[in-house]
Amino acid sequence: MTVVAEPTPSGTVLATVRTRLVDWIPAIVVFCAGIAVWQLSIEIFNIQKFLLPKPGAIISAFWTQRGALWRAGWLTLKEALGGFALGSAAGILVATVLARFRRLGEALMPIAIAANAVPIIAFSPIFNAWFDPLSSKPRMATAGVLCFFPVMVNTLRGLTSVRPAQVELMRSYAGGELQIFRRVRIPTALPFVFSALKVATVLAMIGAIVADYFGSFGSLGITIKNSVALFDFETAWAAILMASILGVLMYVAVSLVERIVLQWDPTRQERGTA
Amino acid sequence: MTVVAISGVTKTFPKGHVTALQEIDLQIEPGEFVSLIGPSGCGKSTLLRVIGDLTAPSAGTVEVNGKSAHHARLDHDYGMVFQDSVLFDWRTVAKNIGLPLEMLGFDRSRRKQRVDEMLQLVELQGFGDHHPWQLSGGMQMRVAIARALAFEPALLLMDEPFGALDEMTRERLNIELLDIWRRMSSTIVFVTHSISEAVFLSTKVVVMSPRPGRVAGTVDIDLPQPRSGDTREDPRFFQKVTEVRELLRGVGADEHGSVLAEERA
Amino acid sequence: MAQAGHAAAFRGRTPTRALQPAQVRAAAVRAGTVVGVLLALWGLWELYRYVWIREAWTWPFPVNDTTLPHIHSIFQALGQPTSQGPLLITFLLHAAWFTAKEALVGFGLGAVVGFALAVALVHSRLAQRALLPYIVASQTIPILAVAPMVVVWLKSGWQSVAVIAAYLTFFPVTINTLRGLQSADTAAHELLRSYAASRWKVLWKLRVPASMPYLFSALKVSATASVVGAIIGELPSSIQGGLGGAILNFNQYYSITPADLWATNLIAAALGITFFVAVVLAEKLVVRRAPEQRA
Repeated sequence: MTVVAEPTPSGTVLATVRTRLVDWIPAIVVFCAGIAVWQLSIEIFNIQKFLLPKPGAIISAFWTQRGALWRAGWLTLKEALGGFALGSAAGILVATVLARFRRLGEALMPIAIAANAVPIIAFSPIFNAWFDPLSSKPRMATAGVLCFFPVMVNTLRGLTSVRPAQVELMRSYAGGELQIFRRVRIPTALPFVFSALKVATVLAMIGAIVADYFGSFGSLGITIKNSVALFDFETAWAAILMASILGVLMYVAVSLVERIVLQWDPTRQERGTA
Repeated sequence: MTVVAISGVTKTFPKGHVTALQEIDLQIEPGEFVSLIGPSGCGKSTLLRVIGDLTAPSAGTVEVNGKSAHHARLDHDYGMVFQDSVLFDWRTVAKNIGLPLEMLGFDRSRRKQRVDEMLQLVELQGFGDHHPWQLSGGMQMRVAIARALAFEPALLLMDEPFGALDEMTRERLNIELLDIWRRMSSTIVFVTHSISEAVFLSTKVVVMSPRPGRVAGTVDIDLPQPRSGDTREDPRFFQKVTEVRELLRGVGADEHGSVLAEERA
Repeated sequence: MAQAGHAAAFRGRTPTRALQPAQVRAAAVRAGTVVGVLLALWGLWELYRYVWIREAWTWPFPVNDTTLPHIHSIFQALGQPTSQGPLLITFLLHAAWFTAKEALVGFGLGAVVGFALAVALVHSRLAQRALLPYIVASQTIPILAVAPMVVVWLKSGWQSVAVIAAYLTFFPVTINTLRGLQSADTAAHELLRSYAASRWKVLWKLRVPASMPYLFSALKVSATASVVGAIIGELPSSIQGGLGGAILNFNQYYSITPADLWATNLIAAALGITFFVAVVLAEKLVVRRAPEQRA
């Protein structure tokens, strides 16, 4: 018997690291070039500080105010994380119920799709009226509602896009609905869930920061808003940098979990981040 | 005892009022290798699914091992192999093969032992930790067969398992399948649309006619066992192939061309 | 087998354009279901209000006419005159139109930039390696954080709002179009190679048509995103004419006239859904094949 597919060549760790590095070189070049052009063009064209501060100035503002930025960032991160956890958990839970009761799911689907098209941000002032605006709750609620719909819709799509043949196979083993759910529907849904969760991390940060505009206390959105009002653009940019770092961290954290959980998934690479 | 007893089975699909099967009677005895062959739309796959209780017949009865098909399914009386391998991407090869054992409540050590035996049987030792998509189509199909055999069902239902494979891989797997069939002394119901495959494998070929699906005739294949590559060059082999082909021509297979085209391929 | 499959597919397609009675009935059932579900949700809302008020439950929040107005008072508020004179509905529709223009410009800008970026990226692996990480990273920057800066750059005006909307629009378009442009199978590429087709021809005859379902599933996401972008873009720009301004404004009077804010949100929701539905309809016209097998 000829072996058609050899076990996939794993190669040495060193070689893998080297190819990884080579893959990243263009991105690193772009990064350095971008920073250089930014810094130089400000000096050459004498761009006003309020239009665009130098990257160096932003970094130093970030460093000197790291304590305050971190406190504000930590508050925002807690709000975003809380909303992310609550909204995603609720989304997955509701999707599971709707997948179990298909008629209900089909009846509610058009409403859910419409709700997904609603600018949820508009509801954040109402959450301020519901909860104590000085607590983290209204921002958490905004972030949570923002996360809920994409996670719910994607999870439901995942749970219902199982291959019929796989369900039949389970039935041929006399597997019941519960077995099919555990062994077929959940694994099939996981890639869908993770791509929604990655989107949700971004939405959670957006939700937490946007909600600041409707009254908040001590979080990053307020730092940005107040610094712009005081023409302190270096601090504003440093706060944006902090927000970006936290956003990237959340995204990367979910991606790492995805990488571990979905090791089996051959389409993980091509599906990318969308 | 008769393994599969089908009497008066009719299956109509309400959508489009298609009669997929009409008044099918068929007995399959222990140790037989029965192929169902016919042009597209003759209901051969539907018949297989009716035996496996994956589709309920509109009329008639199906008994498997003397029980209703439904009870036979709940008792894990048969293993099924589908058109494509239907492996779970998220499970390794070993875990795919172990799936039915998990469902039957085998404990871990017995599961591992069975899976190792099965990997050996289909000659995939060393591939247990691979994921299905790392294997070629032929290897995936062998995993699917190993999975179907893992809990040693006496009856194996196979729905065009080699349809998607190239001719050379298919012929090799044919011989492997016959080998397994002899060793496990099981009964196999095999759906195919390749005449030579049906004749080569079977002890009996059931020719079906389309629209509505009926049994047009059966051909007993009394070629000597064990069969090998030489069997395909035996004049009696060609005689049987011709016999089946004549029957198929009678049911209007060449009008659709699919069976004959498949033969040429 | 394959031939038979094709034949079946052709048979399955009804050539008549006229609506079949069965289709009409199915559509009626669907519409009826939506109305029924909406009525049920209304009922749940009022039931929730009733129970929470009667039991004086305060978790997760105390229910009263301020926190959770009657649905009918929200609709009533639309018919009340505002302090400036016109009916609230008239005022809000004007605001919605204002925001819609910003969103539309942003959507168009974002879609064009996003598509062009995808076309550029598909032709260069180097460009993909160099730029894709930043395109992904750009979305982890909370847009509203940058919004005040965009306002500083482009002056406070609808243009800056449109740019913010475009920022939210381009990303799904780029990522999905890129995937779509790469989705045509190798055999089709080889066929065009056998015709000695130029890159340009391959792009227009193969890649772009293949990307359409992907593009439209991105545009559906982007349509909503552009409305969100326009609304949050108005917040730091102190633009009063749009829905974002209306939300900020009614937010200050929420304790007195809560229904006004709810009514504004209702209109904002309607605007988002309108954008979404418009893209769905456009997709129906353009993509004749089975739409988006995968998201």
